Amino acid sequence: MKVHFFFFTLIVSQVLADYEKKIIKAFTQVSAHGEGNIKAVEAMDWADQLRPNSIPSLLHAMNQANPVGDNWIRGAIAKIIHATDTLSFPRDQVKAFIEDKKNQGSSRRAAFEILHRSRPASAKTLLSSFLTDPEPSLRREAIDVILEDAENSPLKKQAILLFQKALKNARDVDQIQEASDALKSRGQEINLVTLLGFKTKWDILGPFDNTERKGFNKSYEPESEARHNNSYQGKKSQIQWSSFSSSDRLGLLDLNKHYGELKEVVAYAKTSFYSAKHQKVQFRLGSKNAWKIWVNQELLFARDEYHRGGTRVDQFLIDGELQKGENQILLKICQNEQTQPWTKNWEFCFRVTDSSGQVIEEVSTN
Amino acid sequence: MKIICNLLFISLSLLSAQADWLSFRGSAGNGSSDLSIPVKLKIKGEKSWAQDIPGRGLSSPIVIGDTVYLSASSGPYQENLLILAYSSTDGLQQWQRTFKATGRTVCHKKTCVAASTLASNRKVIIAQFSSNDIFCLDLAGNLKWTRGLTFDHPNIANGLGMSSSPVVVNGVAIAQVENDADSFTFGLDVTNGTTIWKKQRPKSANWTSPVVMAKKGQALVGLQSKEGMTAIEPKTGETVWDYQEGASTIPSSAWAEQGIILIPSNGITALQLDDKLQNFRQIWEDNKLKPGTGSPSCHRGSLYVINNANVLSCASVKTGEIKWRLRLKGPISSSPLIAKGYLYVFSENGLGQVVNLHAEKPEVVHTVDLDATILCSPAITQNAILVRSDNKLWKLSN
Repeated sequence: MKVHFFFFTLIVSQVLADYEKKIIKAFTQVSAHGEGNIKAVEAMDWADQLRPNSIPSLLHAMNQANPVGDNWIRGAIAKIIHATDTLSFPRDQVKAFIEDKKNQGSSRRAAFEILHRSRPASAKTLLSSFLTDPEPSLRREAIDVILEDAENSPLKKQAILLFQKALKNARDVDQIQEASDALKSRGQEINLVTLLGFKTKWDILGPFDNTERKGFNKSYEPESEARHNNSYQGKKSQIQWSSFSSSDRLGLLDLNKHYGELKEVVAYAKTSFYSAKHQKVQFRLGSKNAWKIWVNQELLFARDEYHRGGTRVDQFLIDGELQKGENQILLKICQNEQTQPWTKNWEFCFRVTDSSGQVIEEVSTN
Repeated sequence: MKIICNLLFISLSLLSAQADWLSFRGSAGNGSSDLSIPVKLKIKGEKSWAQDIPGRGLSSPIVIGDTVYLSASSGPYQENLLILAYSSTDGLQQWQRTFKATGRTVCHKKTCVAASTLASNRKVIIAQFSSNDIFCLDLAGNLKWTRGLTFDHPNIANGLGMSSSPVVVNGVAIAQVENDADSFTFGLDVTNGTTIWKKQRPKSANWTSPVVMAKKGQALVGLQSKEGMTAIEPKTGETVWDYQEGASTIPSSAWAEQGIILIPSNGITALQLDDKLQNFRQIWEDNKLKPGTGSPSCHRGSLYVINNANVLSCASVKTGEIKWRLRLKGPISSSPLIAKGYLYVFSENGLGQVVNLHAEKPEVVHTVDLDATILCSPAITQNAILVRSDNKLWKLSN
C-alpha cells in the first residue's frame, strides 16, 4: 500500500512539474502584438492544477519574461493563491527570492507585493534592507519609512540626519525634492542640479520652420552629415550654433529665453557626454513639446505630441548605451502653432542615469 | 410545480439580466435604464452602503448579477492596475486582482490611469487602462488574457492620460487608443486577445468611447474623433459609413432606440440609420445643444444634454426641438443617467441631483451630498445607483 502511494505521489508530482514547465514556457514566450497569446490562454487553464509550491518557479520565470509576460504570471499566481489555503503560501521561499539580488528588480518587486498581500508582517521586516536596493520601487519603500521618521522626529538634528540619509539614497525625484525641501526649511540648501545630474550646458541651433508641424518629420542639416557646418538656413535667416545654459533649480532649459516666444519653430540642442566605460543607461528627458533624441547619430525615440500636460523631470525614460569616452547627444525640440497661454512653453530638461535612477557621473575631460 | 419553478427561474434571470449595467453609460450605451430607482437616495439608507477602495479612479462601476466590478490604480506612479469586485448586496469585496502597467502612466492630476470603464458580455470583463494595458478576466477574477498596446506601439500614449472605454460586441473587444502620435483602434478576439483587426485612426488626442449601434439583431460600432464618426463592422473593422462633419473629442455619442445616433458634433447632430444600419441620413443638428464634458443621454424619445454652464437641456430625439432647460449645480463632469422618469447626475463636488422628468416643469426634487470629488458617471443596479470617488464606492438607495 505504501509503495503504491509513493508511486502515486511521484506520478502526481511529475505531472505537476510538467504543467509548471509548459506554463512557464508559454508565459515567457509571450511577445509584442499578442504573439504567444493563444498558447498562454491554454497555459492559464492548466494553472488550475498548480499548487503554492509552484509560486517560486513562476517568480523565477519573471526573470525571463517581458512586462506583458509578467502580468500573465501575476494572473497565474493570483489563481493559485485564490484556490488554496493561506497556510500553504511558501513565505520563506518568496522572501529568499526577494532577498536574492541576482533576480530581476521587477520580479523581486512582484514577489514583494505577493508577500505583502499574503504575509504583510513578514514583508514589513524587509523594508529597511531596501535602502540601497538596485530596484528603485523597493528602494522607494525604505526611503518612505525614513522620510516619515524624519518628519516625526522631535529633534531637529536627528531629523536633519534622517533627511540627509533619505537624500543620499533616494532615486525618485519626488522623494529627493521632499528631502531637499525639508532640509532647506532647516537651513540646508541642496543643489538639485548637481544631485540629479541635469545637463545644463548645451549648444543650440534654431529656429527652423515648423509650419503646420511639418518640421518634426523634416530632416534639417543637424540631423545629417552637415551637422558641423558653421551656418544654416533657418526659418527666416541664416542661423548658427550658440551656447545656452540653465540655472534653473531642476535644470530646465527654456528656449523662449534665447529665441523669444516663437511659434511653429524647431530648435536643436547638442552636447557631449563623457563616459568612463561602455554602459547601458537611461536618457531621462522632460518636455511638453514634440521631440527627437539621437545618441551618437542613432535615433533612439521620437514623440510627436505637443502640450499634453506639463514638462516633468524624468517624463520619458529612454533606454540606450554610452560608449567609452565622448558621446554626442542631439535633441530636436519642436514648437507648434497653438496660441493658448499654456502652449507657449518651448523647453526641456535632461539627465543620464542607470536603470535604478543612479546618476551617471561624467569623467573629466581635462 | 416544475414548470412553475422553471418559469420563476427564467423570470428572475431575465430580471437580473435587465438589471445588468455592462459598460460605460450602461448596456444601451446611452445612460438609460428601465429600472426603478428610488428618488430619495440616501447615504445611510437601509439598502445603501459605502466601501473604501484601494486605489484611485474615475471609471464607472459595472454590474453583472449581484456583483459590482470596478477598476482603480495605485502606487506612486499609478503603476498598479486594480480590478475589483464587490457584492452589490452588502458592498463586501469579493476579489481584487493587481497587475502592472506596461505603458506610460503619466496623467493630468484631475484624471488617473483608471479612467476607462470596464465592459462585459456577462461571461468576461474587459479592463482598459490609460497605460493601454488591456485585461480580460472571468467573472471570478481569473485572468483569461492580457495585452500591452503601448508595449506593442510605444507611441500610443497621451501626456494628459487616456480615458476611452472599450465595448464588447460579437466576440470582439474594441479599444480606441487614439492620440497625437500613433493612433489606432483595435479589434481583439475576446477568447484570446489576439488582434483581429487594427485600424489607423486620425492623429489627434481623443477621449471618446466607441458606441454600439444595435438594431434588429445587427450591430455596428461608431468610432468618434475630431473628424466625425466612422461606423465599422465589429468583426472586421471595415468601414460601413463615415460622417465627416467633425465631432467632439471628449463627450461621446448616444444611441437612441429609434435607430438614431446622437453625435456631439456642431452641438448635437442626429443621424437616422436605415433598418440594416448601412446608411445614414442627417435629420437635424443644433449648436444650442453642445454638451460639456459629460456625454448626452437619451430615453424614450428624449435627449438630455448638460452644457459647460451646467444647464440641462431636454430635446426631442427625432426633431431636436428643445423642450425645456434647467440650471443645475456644478461643475459637472459626469454623464447623467435616466431611469423611469428621473434623471440622476453628480457634480464634481459630490452633489447628487435628482430631476423629476415627469413634471410639467422639471425640477430638482432631491439632492444627496457625498462630500467628495465625483468625476465618474453613475451606474444603475436594482433599486439603487452606484457611484465612486478616488477612494470610495457608494451604493445609494433608500
